[in-house]
Amino acid sequence: MKIPYYPGCTLKSTAKHFENSAIESAKALGIEFVELPKWNCCGVVTPLAEDDIMHHVAPVRNLIRVLEMNKSGAVNDEKRLLTLCSMCFNTLKRSTLRIKEKVDDLDVLNDFMYKEEDYDGSVEVVHFLEILRENGFDEIKKQVKKSLENLKIAPYYGCMLLRPKDIGIDDAERPTIFNDLLTSLSAEPIEWRAKNKCCGSFLTLDNKEIVSRLGYDILTNAQKSGADLIVTSCPLCAFNLDNRQKIIKQKHPEFEEIPVLYFTQLMAIAFDLDKEVMGLDGNYINPVPLLESKGIL
Amino acid sequence: MPKTIVLDKKSVDFLKKITDLSGETITLCDQCGTCSGGCPVVEDMDITPSQLMRMVLIGDQTVMQTKTMWLCATCNTCTVRCPRMLDVSKVAEALRQVTLRQSINKVKIDEISKEDLSELPQIALVAAFRKLTS
Amino acid sequence: MKIGVYLCQCGGNISKVIDLEETKKYVDNKDVEIVQIHSNMCSGAGQKLITNDIEKLGLDKIVVAACSPHFHEKTFRAAMDKAGLNPYVLEIANLREHVSWPLKKYPEIATEKSKDIVNIAIEKVAKNYALEKKSFKMENKVLVIGGGIAGIQASLDLAEAGKQVTLIEKEASIGGKMALLTKTFPTEDCAACILSPKMADVAAHPNIRLLTNTVVTKTSGHRLHFEIEAETKPAYIKPNVDMDECLACEKCQEVCPVSVPNEWEMSISNRKAIYIPAPLAIPYKYLIDDQNCLNFLDNSCNKCEEICPQKVIDFSQKPEKIHFAVDNVVVTTGYDTIDPNLKPMFGYDKYKNVVTGLEMERIIDHLNEKPPPRDIGNKVAFIQCVGSRDEQIGNEYCSRVCCMYATKLASLLKQDRPESDIYIFYTDIRAYGKGFEEYYKRAQEMGIKYIRGKVAEVNQNPDNNNLVLRAEDTLSRQIIESEFDLIVLSNGLQPNKSSDFIIDTFKLAKSSDGFIKEAHPKYKPVDTLIEGVFIAGTAQGPKDIPDTVVQAGAAAARVIGTLAKGEFDIDPILAFVNKDICDGCEKCLNSCPKDAIKMNAGKAEIIEALCLGGGSCLGSCPIEAIDLHGYTNSQMYATVKAALENKKKDELRIILFADNASTYRLADAVGIRKMAYAHEIYIVRVPSGSRITPALLLQTFVEGADAVLIGDNIAKGSAFPWSRDISLENIKSVTQKLNKAGFTGDRLRHYEFNSGMLKDFVEMANSVSEDVKKLTKITDKEVSRLKEMI
Repeated sequence: MKIPYYPGCTLKSTAKHFENSAIESAKALGIEFVELPKWNCCGVVTPLAEDDIMHHVAPVRNLIRVLEMNKSGAVNDEKRLLTLCSMCFNTLKRSTLRIKEKVDDLDVLNDFMYKEEDYDGSVEVVHFLEILRENGFDEIKKQVKKSLENLKIAPYYGCMLLRPKDIGIDDAERPTIFNDLLTSLSAEPIEWRAKNKCCGSFLTLDNKEIVSRLGYDILTNAQKSGADLIVTSCPLCAFNLDNRQKIIKQKHPEFEEIPVLYFTQLMAIAFDLDKEVMGLDGNYINPVPLLESKGIL
Repeated sequence: MPKTIVLDKKSVDFLKKITDLSGETITLCDQCGTCSGGCPVVEDMDITPSQLMRMVLIGDQTVMQTKTMWLCATCNTCTVRCPRMLDVSKVAEALRQVTLRQSINKVKIDEISKEDLSELPQIALVAAFRKLTS
Repeated sequence: MKIGVYLCQCGGNISKVIDLEETKKYVDNKDVEIVQIHSNMCSGAGQKLITNDIEKLGLDKIVVAACSPHFHEKTFRAAMDKAGLNPYVLEIANLREHVSWPLKKYPEIATEKSKDIVNIAIEKVAKNYALEKKSFKMENKVLVIGGGIAGIQASLDLAEAGKQVTLIEKEASIGGKMALLTKTFPTEDCAACILSPKMADVAAHPNIRLLTNTVVTKTSGHRLHFEIEAETKPAYIKPNVDMDECLACEKCQEVCPVSVPNEWEMSISNRKAIYIPAPLAIPYKYLIDDQNCLNFLDNSCNKCEEICPQKVIDFSQKPEKIHFAVDNVVVTTGYDTIDPNLKPMFGYDKYKNVVTGLEMERIIDHLNEKPPPRDIGNKVAFIQCVGSRDEQIGNEYCSRVCCMYATKLASLLKQDRPESDIYIFYTDIRAYGKGFEEYYKRAQEMGIKYIRGKVAEVNQNPDNNNLVLRAEDTLSRQIIESEFDLIVLSNGLQPNKSSDFIIDTFKLAKSSDGFIKEAHPKYKPVDTLIEGVFIAGTAQGPKDIPDTVVQAGAAAARVIGTLAKGEFDIDPILAFVNKDICDGCEKCLNSCPKDAIKMNAGKAEIIEALCLGGGSCLGSCPIEAIDLHGYTNSQMYATVKAALENKKKDELRIILFADNASTYRLADAVGIRKMAYAHEIYIVRVPSGSRITPALLLQTFVEGADAVLIGDNIAKGSAFPWSRDISLENIKSVTQKLNKAGFTGDRLRHYEFNSGMLKDFVEMANSVSEDVKKLTKITDKEVSRLKEMI
């Protein structure tokens, strides 16, 4: 299947290994990402003020690209827009819902955009995990070439995949979609408290203290619950949980570092794709020693 | 020292302004504290999220001087738990907007260190600018 | 045909405005036997006038022109009945409320209009015929569904009053949720001690047939007569016959190898597959759990059968269907507690020492057993409003009992273990009942700490596996994060699962909270919207035991009152099918909201006990095979013809079809206040707006009406809530025809009233009249075009 794909800024820079591993793992499953032409930044966070329509322009402009792709034949009758980054997913999807709830806003938005054809509200935003679920986790099982049997993994859902409820792809309090994916990859998902706790998000800019405290709590909860590594689907969570271990280690010298991977990297490992595709050198805490000690690499 | 609050037209107007801007019927808040109990950053706040709701409800504008709204990262944990289906994150956004729309920035872009700029992913920067600058 | 017409002066109320001699002259010229004027027709002397004439002159139709039929229709009907004339060959011309009072200042107009009003009554009565009151016998039989405290109380009250009660309970023992409680708030009476004597009374009462392990599977019938089908699950123990009965010797239980969680103990302990459902079960009998018994699972065990000294075990028993009929039903299906897993943040399914309120009842009951069924430690938290007042799971309502049951459980624990450290996390404490506030205060006095804050989440400390609770103390504005040994979830009440089928089969309604809706929240709190079906207890909404018992008594009293009449009468104003015309097209079947029409041998048939006489079915019949006694097509056509017969050139007449329950009474009330309104309005009494078929509307225009109005009851609270939609539909189709025929303007309108909207009525009448005056007059051309279209 061919599906329009929105990368977002970070997947083209610090999270390049997220994108590469996702595109190649998807290919192994027969799913082809077709990148949006002329995409623009979604704004990362959704505008929450009632009167703020302006900031929905950026997301909606990306949605219009999906319609254009359908017209040009780049994709065949596929009005779903696939995202990888949890924040882009949440922001884009929230704009689609705002238009559904407040139909008049659509006219205002269309007035803002004079180059594009009018948007009709017909595009649905989906996350890659939803496509994997729809495709069937058994299909993933069939592609597993390297067993991850000995790997205990803490699935970290964070916020943006789950909340608010009308956006979330799974139960807000008891999500299972990551667990199902990990099980199909032959790894062992662990049960832990902090799976949907906030990492501190953009507070990482002006409140490193808070973010490292939250990170410490999340990481140690994963460790105490028996995890060898953590998987995530959000480049900001990844930064706060992975790169911020530097500060955490300074504050808590006894803290033992733990690797944080994108779920697609784990797919690439299990599918035994190229090392380059796995992109393990993109992670701050090097996961290679752990994976070697488990006999996976 | 408890302060004396006068319930006057100013307090009514403030509530109305925040209600309109957030789209949330703030008077529905039952003060059960569910939002505060589950808030991941409540320990870093000067007033709890439920206290923020309360201050807006009674029209106490000193809420504008508190830190809480700036610490809300819109994780929406409270949103999915509020028994009255209120979205505190929208009220926090409305309060932030009241300040930001006066061209008052919470972070100064030129004061961000080079190290941070090179290290932080774009989404962290863009999100923070969107939430903390005008 | 001999019609007698009686004009009442009403002590001057009528005759000082209307020149009745003039009216009499008009009537004298009609085909009537006698016309008389009397000062007070409703008096004994007035009535005597009628009865004498019936005897002397052999009158067979009566018209009384007096006050509103809502005052004295019954009086005159009774007089006619006494004189041997059928009471339904009577018509009342409402001269007082509809003519002399509103037109008090316009005596000449009033006199002219009085002729028309009397004319309408004469022309209609000419088409009237004898109708017989229908009555149905009742047999003093009542079904009570649900054997909790509500059903027990209602059954006992009914049985004591001599009614034959069948009490159906789906579980193996009666007692319901109350039987699970350790003690009751606020008096701390032992629940079992006050309940079990009542349970025993039920079993022993000669007027109660108790069917446990039984559910209602099918019902049919109508108000005050219901056919019931129920099914009893087998107990696999032979019923009591001769000396072969079960002695409850316990030998079977001892040898049974199966051990499963004991439902009655909220699974805090186990039971065998052959067991007595509860220590004080009624009936006190063994039964076999065929879902867990090895004999049923793989036929590998029959130890109980071998050891039973009475040889009463019978694995071959099958479910049994029971059929019976009752006059009334009392629904006491009770509640279920809200599933605590709907709130996963409290960890009920993950942590053993997170328990529900009902589980805590059982734990407290066994607190001092050695060993105790569960180690509960000393530090205990109660979480209030679990599932109640929580719109995240769709429950807006307060469950009303949780504040007090938590207070009770905490108090009992504290009394037994004074060293316990107990916290109750709440949003509001609702101690509204008798003795509740005092009870709450006593708990505070004992040192139980009430923390105002709803708990956000419960987690486990991975270091020591202790439960960690997080909440805001909203009064001190601090976050509490603390470890507890035991956390009790005060989960709320929701309608019992089994009530869904009962609601469905009896066509009851649900309130927005999902509980069964009462007929009226203030005046009919234990009636349902279905006649003959009553409710009591938590089936109607969350409530405590005293309130439940009060409601059960009230429901029993309502049943007793209903049955006291011995039979129930229904007004003969009922739909009927002209079988010679009916071609069996079945179009009418969907038109009756009460399902009172069925097919019989290819023809439609009215189930009279269900028919409300609203007339909505008449419009559904394309060939006028359905009709309505008292308001037949021929009667209605005669009525509108008479109303427009004397219309002069240049005169305007507007026909208002007024529903009997609200619009007609409203016009009466307007008259009583002597409020004037446009005299062009002619009021025709109908049972409901839906009776006015498109054909009748068209005919009214053909007869010369300048405008036609339908005044109906506001749907909310109406006996015919569907009437409005039917009327609007009819008006739409007729308006299209009027337009086609060239009628101009908005001449066909629908209004909704209740009987208090006096000003609205006057405004409506005046504005319609003004509007119509402005329109171009209808000419014969349009009328003849309309005629052709019909």
